[in-house]
Amino acid sequence: MTSTEITSAGAATSEGGQELQLRTDVSQKALMREAGAVLRMSESAAAAMADVATDVGEDQSMIINMGPQHPSTHGVLRLMLELQGETVLRCKPVIGYLHTGMEKTGESLTYMQGGTNVTRMDYLSPLNNELVFSMATEKLLGIDGEIPERAQWMRMLLSELNRMSSHLLFMATNGMDLGAVSMMLYGWREREEVLRFFQKVTGLRMNHNFIRPGGVAADLPAGWRDDVLSLLDMLPDRLAEYEVLMTGQPIWRERLQGVGVITQSEAIALAATGPILRSTGVAWDLRKDMPYLRYRDVEFDVVVGVHGDAYDRYAIRLQEIRESMRIVRQILDKMPLGDYRIQNKKVTPPPRGRIDESMEALIHHFKIFTEGFRVPEGEAYVAIESPRGEIGCYIASDGSSVPYRMHVRAPSFVNVQCLPHMMRGGLVADAVAVISSIDPVLGEVDR
Amino acid sequence: MTDSIDQSVRFVSVPDYIPTITGLYADGFTMCVDLTAVDYLLYTNRNVPSGVVAQRFEVVVNLLSMAKRERIRLRLQVAEGESVPSLFDIHPSTEAMEREVFDMFGIVFDGHPDLTRILMPEDWDGHPLRKDYAQGRIPVQFKGAAS
Repeated sequence: MTSTEITSAGAATSEGGQELQLRTDVSQKALMREAGAVLRMSESAAAAMADVATDVGEDQSMIINMGPQHPSTHGVLRLMLELQGETVLRCKPVIGYLHTGMEKTGESLTYMQGGTNVTRMDYLSPLNNELVFSMATEKLLGIDGEIPERAQWMRMLLSELNRMSSHLLFMATNGMDLGAVSMMLYGWREREEVLRFFQKVTGLRMNHNFIRPGGVAADLPAGWRDDVLSLLDMLPDRLAEYEVLMTGQPIWRERLQGVGVITQSEAIALAATGPILRSTGVAWDLRKDMPYLRYRDVEFDVVVGVHGDAYDRYAIRLQEIRESMRIVRQILDKMPLGDYRIQNKKVTPPPRGRIDESMEALIHHFKIFTEGFRVPEGEAYVAIESPRGEIGCYIASDGSSVPYRMHVRAPSFVNVQCLPHMMRGGLVADAVAVISSIDPVLGEVDR
Repeated sequence: MTDSIDQSVRFVSVPDYIPTITGLYADGFTMCVDLTAVDYLLYTNRNVPSGVVAQRFEVVVNLLSMAKRERIRLRLQVAEGESVPSLFDIHPSTEAMEREVFDMFGIVFDGHPDLTRILMPEDWDGHPLRKDYAQGRIPVQFKGAAS
């Protein structure tokens, strides 16, 4: 394929320099720099690795588009692959198709409204997004040490259940991407059970805006304990079913083992976090290593892999569902009574009952929800462990009631950078397995 | 070295940016978790320690040392039109992050292998997260549509 053909066919949708360039248009030095930086070697050492051909003739390779409209790219991820036969020589993710300027929007929403914005970023783990945003706001307000115990444990409960629902959905999509269609149905089915609990607690299945600066929006509903227990009773058998269906199955293993391998040093260099980093054997989990909420008071294990391949990432996520269940059981035992949000008039609106009785309470309520509360000047970065890795929130405040700048460090945005490396030298049929094993959520990649 | 609400922060200027990062890398801060920027155009009287000349832009780099379980944040002062050396050779993870900052703020990173827009379309005018790029004031641009 020549460059003129590409321009004529794709002129209307071209992203110009953002796209993968033809090999003839890129200098050999740039090619090696791209590889060398990722492999953390000198350019000459990277060239000597010879894991993929570097002297490919002009008409021996072709560039194909995978996505943005492709069922296995998890939304609108577009990959440009340079293929020689079935082998992937280079790969470049082209992103931004779901960019809606959420960080810009965040600059005009008060801290009270901000939750509705960030919750839509990683739409598969909305509660973790709200949690990190709330924790950053609380840090700036200086009330991060005063959040009531019950609120902390409720946040933990929701965060862990959210991890389970997110990983269950990964099981579904990973199965679907690799042709295990029944797994897709099972995964969605189990996730729905978790979402049903969320609906009961927060009123919504997704995009809850439930965790707010100062605590959570409401107390747990009556009967929540039984609902969680029935979830915990149902899941072990279902997870055992997954094991039978996939874990030991030869086809499944053949498709995943040794595919999309990444090493420890590469994962650290690329700032990959979450299951990708842990699949290489690094036991790094912010819940354990930089504990927040009350993770110090619960027992759980950090699941690590050995090979850094797609199979390890699958197995880690499956086992993390079990670890989360273990945490949730301990939360059930330890859930304290008390306030579910801070009794600080500055950030917490008065209870509904007071509004009918007191004019001041009504005014106060009105002020908090229209004007918002002022946050002292300063800047803070808070990070927590989302199902996909480290999600961080950086807020710079100028002392007003809206963030001067609100940035979310999205784990998927950073993890997607691993794709070119994982796919290098692999087969095009494995590309789907590799994308799936990263588990990207395009809502947070593009924000 | 200062701290902001119990978090270690270090202010740097463009000439000592790379040496600081290299020094911290040798010190165990091997993961560059996040790189972003803030446009302080409308908030000029912000608090900076004495001796630091506040500029319009600030590139914010969050580094992590997994061995020490510590984080450190660098706040790099960048004047309008000034370019910043790329961290790509030390931290390849900044490839996409620097592109995002370039796309959103128009800060140029010298030595970046592929400094193109990443979230906005290639032919977009302006840099959306700058404070003089107002929300909703600019008509939505559609590619190839007859205007």
